[in-house]
Amino acid sequence: MTAARTDSVVGAPALYEGTKIPSPIPSWLQVPEARRETGNVLQVNFGPNHPSTHGVLRLVVDLDGEEIVGMRAVIGYLHTGFEKSMEQKSWWKAINYPSRIDYLATFQNELVFVLAIEKLLGIEVPPKATWVRMALSELNRIHSHLIWLGTMGLELGVQSMYMYCFDQRERVLDLFEMVTGVRVHGRYCQAGGLAEDIPAAFVDEARAFCGNFQKMIGEYERLTWQNKMWQRRTDGIGVVSAEDAIRLGLSGPNLRASGLNWDIRKREPYLFYDQVEFDVPVYEDGDSGARARVRIDEMRESLRIAEQSLDKIEQMAAEPWIADERKVVLPPREELQTSMESLIHHFKIVTEGYRVPAGEVYVAIEGPRGEEGCYVVSDGGAKPWRVHFRAPSFLAIAAAPTLCQEHLIADLIAISASLDTLMGDSDR
Amino acid sequence: MSGYKQVPGLLEVNEALGETTLVVERERLGEAALYLRDELGFNYLADVAGADYLGWGGEVAGSWGSAEGRDLNVPYTLGPSLVAKPKPKRFSVSYHLLALRDDPVRVRLQTWLDDGEEVATVVEIWPTADWLEREVYDLMGIVFAGHPNPVRVLMPEDWEGHPLRKDYPIGGEPVRFSGEE
Repeated sequence: MTAARTDSVVGAPALYEGTKIPSPIPSWLQVPEARRETGNVLQVNFGPNHPSTHGVLRLVVDLDGEEIVGMRAVIGYLHTGFEKSMEQKSWWKAINYPSRIDYLATFQNELVFVLAIEKLLGIEVPPKATWVRMALSELNRIHSHLIWLGTMGLELGVQSMYMYCFDQRERVLDLFEMVTGVRVHGRYCQAGGLAEDIPAAFVDEARAFCGNFQKMIGEYERLTWQNKMWQRRTDGIGVVSAEDAIRLGLSGPNLRASGLNWDIRKREPYLFYDQVEFDVPVYEDGDSGARARVRIDEMRESLRIAEQSLDKIEQMAAEPWIADERKVVLPPREELQTSMESLIHHFKIVTEGYRVPAGEVYVAIEGPRGEEGCYVVSDGGAKPWRVHFRAPSFLAIAAAPTLCQEHLIADLIAISASLDTLMGDSDR
Repeated sequence: MSGYKQVPGLLEVNEALGETTLVVERERLGEAALYLRDELGFNYLADVAGADYLGWGGEVAGSWGSAEGRDLNVPYTLGPSLVAKPKPKRFSVSYHLLALRDDPVRVRLQTWLDDGEEVATVVEIWPTADWLEREVYDLMGIVFAGHPNPVRVLMPEDWEGHPLRKDYPIGGEPVRFSGEE
């Protein structure tokens, strides 16, 4: 396994000549006519309800013996129409929806939508809120990667991995529960800052988690890199070159595993990512093993960022956590008893909602699965005119046939698991 | 940015909120896309998003501000009700492009069309567009001419209508297996 040493975005050696992307339909590997005529090709449907597809993904696979000769993915079984629903809600109510779209990157999906609202509003967010957002973003990344690692272990027959990961995942969720009141769908971001101040005990609890989790990452590495089963089922499996990864629109860890040193946190910094120290793990092999290594290394980097953010949060204990902008932000609770004006503001924001100036923005952040993008159009009213989410899983599933070709059926699930796709994210 | 002047079919360049939007003629979208990829290095298609502007530009009830929007830093800028600037046609298709290199640049390539008009596919230019264009067709009903596999991707194949259109009703869909069919 080779870690890339270059700081440049591109420049990794080519893994193979030309392109592997099927033509003319990039997401559909079609059986060659000659192969079909042999009469040995059997079409098998995986899913939509199959225990190893993590949700309702349907893979239509053409097999010649055990070899995959044709493949396409069918999705949409979890399509919920979030984008349509969000158009019917006022801006601040619509913040509830994004975390249900990608239900593992809950906080980050919420964040990208709120960042888009804030960009349209031109509102200044207090530094403490930004540091809290960063700490929670990284904890959320760890949470998402843990679920990926646990279920990837299940696919490869490393059953114990699942229990190790879900144990730690619960601890991350405990932190989220402490901050937001619920384990998963926190709705903690608010245009202008946070919905509430961070609890006083959070910093210590989070530090304790980080200290313990540092050791756990070592455990995970022993369970993977020193595990023959893991190695043999991931090394050289599902290879995709840097060039093809770009053409297929892969993003995040999947891109970094193909030798591209591309991380939105480093290259187009948002929040305060330009003020913290962290490295971007990059591997050049482009296979399932490299994708796994990127994610496990990333958990370590997330811990570094989270710890630096916690230090800042501690220093800023008494500072404001939401902007003082009464046309957008709910007034402090205690003022409602004494101030008529605050009561009016509260009433207007809760019933009508605040208004967002007309315009269109596209905000992209580095989510656990890659580029979480949010395209928002406002007509100046109290409801979004159009919201669109760029789902990294959607494009990763479309890319799966490229990665699976010439592999055996046993590798199919291991490859799709290594792409870390989530049906909620892809189907929206 | 002067580099965009040569983009084929360019109608206007909008700079707003730190983002660049290139509006191009619908008929020359393919040329513009090819130029952006090959000459300006936009090798990564991040997203394709359609938007329906049916009913756009009506008075937004109770809104305060000017045509540019409200200046949040000036309290109580009580102006006339905001009327959003009219849009050239009913639908927009926005391609969010990224030049994936050491000095990354993002740009939004946008084109406008009415119901019944088509826009050329960019699948051959960026294979990413395969599912992204299918999604826009599925939910918005915009036809991408020359797409190799122009079928729905999220909704069932036999679904009628395109849900993200503004004239598609909310709550009007039949409830399946409810015993009332």
